[in-house]
Amino acid sequence: MTSAMEIYQLLPKTNCKECGESTCMAFDVALLSGTKRFTECPPLMNEDKYSDSKQKLEEILKPLEGAEETGLIIHEELCSGCGNCVVACPVNVANDSHGSGRGLGPTNNKVIFRVVDGKVKAANVKECRRFGKDKILCRACIDPCPTEAIEFV
Amino acid sequence: MTETVTWTCTGCALLCEDIQVSIGDNRIEQVEHACIKGRARILGCNEKAIPTVNGVNAKIDDAIKDAARILMEAKNPLLYGWSNSTNEAQMAGIELARTLGCVIDSTSSFCQGITINEILNGTIPTCTLDEVREKADVMVFWGADPMSSHPRHMSKYSYFPRGELRQRGYEDDRTAISIDVWQSRTAKICKNGFHRIPPGKDIEFMRGLIDALSGRVPKLSFDYDVKRILELAATLKKAEFGVIFAGLGLVYSIKEDIALLSEFMSALNQFCSFSLIPMAGHFNMRGFNHNLHEKTGHIYRVKFDDGGAISGVKYSVIEQIKSGADAVLVVGSDPIASLPVSISRRLKDIPIILIDPCMNLTSQVADVTIPCSTSGIEVGGTAVRMDGKNMDITSLVQGDNMSDEMIIRRIIEEVE
Repeated sequence: MTSAMEIYQLLPKTNCKECGESTCMAFDVALLSGTKRFTECPPLMNEDKYSDSKQKLEEILKPLEGAEETGLIIHEELCSGCGNCVVACPVNVANDSHGSGRGLGPTNNKVIFRVVDGKVKAANVKECRRFGKDKILCRACIDPCPTEAIEFV
Repeated sequence: MTETVTWTCTGCALLCEDIQVSIGDNRIEQVEHACIKGRARILGCNEKAIPTVNGVNAKIDDAIKDAARILMEAKNPLLYGWSNSTNEAQMAGIELARTLGCVIDSTSSFCQGITINEILNGTIPTCTLDEVREKADVMVFWGADPMSSHPRHMSKYSYFPRGELRQRGYEDDRTAISIDVWQSRTAKICKNGFHRIPPGKDIEFMRGLIDALSGRVPKLSFDYDVKRILELAATLKKAEFGVIFAGLGLVYSIKEDIALLSEFMSALNQFCSFSLIPMAGHFNMRGFNHNLHEKTGHIYRVKFDDGGAISGVKYSVIEQIKSGADAVLVVGSDPIASLPVSISRRLKDIPIILIDPCMNLTSQVADVTIPCSTSGIEVGGTAVRMDGKNMDITSLVQGDNMSDEMIIRRIIEEVE
């Protein structure tokens, strides 16, 4: 998982404010939350001395492009469609207790996880316990995944 | 127009019956709830088999006639495979073996046959997967890695779901234990419940566990924390409804001393209720054992002779290929790829008739290849789940080929 410090080390750290943020650290947080893109940092894009950093940033931020609003990323190439996350997710269980909660495939559209064509897909991500004002650091879908196909950034 | 149907998956012996398949114009458009194995089963062959005789394309009727001729001319034909066929095709296969007075064996001969034999003979207690979901609180995956072999095992039945007596599911109500020689995907989920043992030490570990169950301190020849075995024994003893999932890792280690497994189950059942379910792989591997048992009283390695049926190691597929078989009918299996090299080399020199939906390594050396429809996709029927429950399986789309059952019945007609 990409950390804020890892990204910060690759930024110019000049606090030039050209990106519209007050500091490079604020820009770093904006990158992680998905409200800014690294291309909005003019020194990084225009100055040759940052070309290596730019390339590394591009690599480490690539997974974030596929992230849901909660920071959820599903690596489909790793997923075996086992459905552990479907059955373990507390939102799935609460919204579909007689389907997902009992180990079956989801029986309605209120769930977050469901397996389609052998790979897990996410929907209704705003229902996720990591989202909203009462968010918590839930790991119910991450820990049961045998292939580390689910992560949050 | 797209239609959505509920389907029973034949990707493995879990036979998941809740799969939703969208079909339009006799084509499968989308599959929901099936794992990657089920999805692959639906996608079908990389290359479909075609009828051939001596490596040359042939008409299907000619291929069937040639297959019958080879079987009739052989003094000691072997009928092998069967685990990817419906009960109906397996029954037809048993009838063919009886007609020919020959040997019939299945992939269970070197797989879970040994444990299924104990179960069908009543020496090892068993239960259904539905009971596991509703009641089981302690499950032991011994030499088994369902997260790789049966991806939905833990989510649909054994660990994650909420059951009638296990309303809090895996979080509070269930304990998963893995005993294995490596940290498999399943072992990672079991976390602290993972017990790593050296390869080939399953028997010794089981004896140690029997000692620990009886309150004796186990003595092991390998370096292992005795306290952990005692803790494991205490966990097993407290189980209200325990289940051992026996994988091939356990079966291969214990096959010379299967009585020990019965002794272990008896020791467990002195303190608590424990059952065993064999981790059958192919979707109807157990079905063959049940069907043959019903017809002959034996589960595998059977020779029909003078109207009777006898069973023994010398009638196993391995021994028959080594010395005996002079023609082999293979149904829904790829023995050239799956058997040990020394055996498959020998098999290559024996006339082979292959009935299979797909091209595979065996089809490349087969004297006769007869394409059939894929069971559970293009043809329905019934099958036996890994826990022994009979399940209906339905077809999804119309195939181009006859079913394996129909082909075998045609061969029987030719032979008679």
